[in-house]
Amino acid sequence: MSRGTMPTVHAGYMPLLDCAPLVVAATEGFAEAEGVHLAITRESSWATVRDKLAVHHLDVAHVLAPMPIASNLELAPLNTPLVVPISLGFGGNTVTVSRALWRQLADLGAPSDFDAAATAAAMAALVAARRRKGEAPLVIAVVHTHSAHHYELAYWLATVGLIPGRDYEIMVVPPQLSAAALAAGHVDGFCAGEPWGSVAVAEGVGAIVTTKPNIWRSSPEKVLGVRADWADANPDTLDRLVRAVYRAAQWCDEPANRPRLAALMSGPEYLAQPVERLLPALTRALVAADGTIRGVPDLLTFSARAANFPWHSHALWLYTQMVRWHHAPLTRAAFATARDTYRPDLNRRALTPLGAPLPSANSKIEGALAVETPVGSASGRLTLGPDGAFDGQLFDPDHALDYLASLGFAMPD
Amino acid sequence: MPMSDRGAEKPLHILVLDPNRIRASIIEEGLREAGHTRVTVLGAETELMRRVVEIDPDVIFIDLENPNRDQLEHMLAVSRAARRPVAMFVDRTDQASMEAAIEAGVSAYIVDGLKKERVKAILDVAVLRFNAFDRLQRQLESAKSELAERSVIDRAKGILMRSRGMSEAEAYGALRKTAMNQNKRIIDVAEGLVLAATLLKREDEP
Repeated sequence: MSRGTMPTVHAGYMPLLDCAPLVVAATEGFAEAEGVHLAITRESSWATVRDKLAVHHLDVAHVLAPMPIASNLELAPLNTPLVVPISLGFGGNTVTVSRALWRQLADLGAPSDFDAAATAAAMAALVAARRRKGEAPLVIAVVHTHSAHHYELAYWLATVGLIPGRDYEIMVVPPQLSAAALAAGHVDGFCAGEPWGSVAVAEGVGAIVTTKPNIWRSSPEKVLGVRADWADANPDTLDRLVRAVYRAAQWCDEPANRPRLAALMSGPEYLAQPVERLLPALTRALVAADGTIRGVPDLLTFSARAANFPWHSHALWLYTQMVRWHHAPLTRAAFATARDTYRPDLNRRALTPLGAPLPSANSKIEGALAVETPVGSASGRLTLGPDGAFDGQLFDPDHALDYLASLGFAMPD
Repeated sequence: MPMSDRGAEKPLHILVLDPNRIRASIIEEGLREAGHTRVTVLGAETELMRRVVEIDPDVIFIDLENPNRDQLEHMLAVSRAARRPVAMFVDRTDQASMEAAIEAGVSAYIVDGLKKERVKAILDVAVLRFNAFDRLQRQLESAKSELAERSVIDRAKGILMRSRGMSEAEAYGALRKTAMNQNKRIIDVAEGLVLAATLLKREDEP
């Protein structure tokens, strides 16, 4: 098929393992099979991904799950309307601390099994001890202001009464510079996508204390952000792209493809890291703080259990956290805009012709599923979950305002 | 500080964040030539963000490829020490200006309350200089690669002159003829010859 007859889609990505569905769609022929030429480019920062979308240098991009919401709410320095027709999977973030901090946490009873509750309790004890001794607050890095990393980290620590700005400081450090920042003592810990936590461990400078799936199971991390104007003007190309990304995500989930995926992602255009450092996340078995290897079954799931479905409830949970930490205003219009940033209708439009097992609902109560559960789907077998936050708190999107009220936020009339 | 003070056209403090010292000096020169006396350049320093806050600039230029952009934006948005709100590309209606900047590879953060014309003038200087640096860099790369190619071709000619007793002109002619017959570039033929000669060289040969 001559390239001249295929539409070209310009896509950007950041060097992380979770960009794999987009990259693989371009490199393993999935885009071509759908009659689309996918031109992918590596970017240096989320700000630049956003800006290139804004001036139409990019049509679509691998973006942080909250970024399209932030853009539609005009929270960023530069904004452009975006839609999310497909998610790129449940993420592979870890919370990694310096070895010195780990020793202190271990002394306070932190476990080596990534348990979020027990680790949070140790963090609370540590913060209290530091305050008594008059020591400076801990500094923890996240990759970007509007990121799931930021919101999950803050949620996790808030369960034990720790508030950012008061009890600890949040800094932004690019994921690929996190291990170096930890080694240099610029930060005490960081939350970043794999492989960067495992890189810090491999370099002997960090210890992974908990993970994203330990904090919020089956949660969104990266999504495909699409310019709304481009989506409106190119519905057929968009559907082809979504199908290509979906198939690529399924390919990424297959254990048989792992060696090839690892070899691909280790290259200089992607992560530029030795394959051994990518394997922990790809095999869902991370090195724990005590040096043992422990399985994290939900880590970096690319497609299974409806990981590619852009749930309204995910968009709304992220929005409630953006309100909670004073990033976004609470108004009727903002609420609707945030929810409608995620487009399950576009997901269905593209994937129904494949006979893909899709949920019948657009939204779910986050935390209702304690185990992987078969659910109703128009086109075949589908399992969902386990989902929800580690503290057992359910998030019901239909009662999001009540949740926010419990946090002290009321919508103006 | 009341914004009306700004009407007196106090010199703006412009901060250039660029670890590339050559490009940074090109931009600084351009800004000074345009009459801006308060220009600070910061490269890759430790405690970069603390320095940015201390300087408290009116305009910040940072290149699009700099991985510290996310950190800078976070600091500008939430730091209690960063006193004044900043936005990118103050005049959002000037799409062309924004695009020109991003195409040139520069992003600009501008403190609230500055006059659009004033900001546009400064931005235009930065865009011009970023583009000038880009051209310079491409010329340099092209010159380097041309030099490297010439050096390989010289070596290939030398091999032919030594092993086949050709003159320099004959040697070049032989390379060119082979290139035409094989539908290859002269540089590729030359590289192949140099490589082959290296492999075929006996221990006792120079």
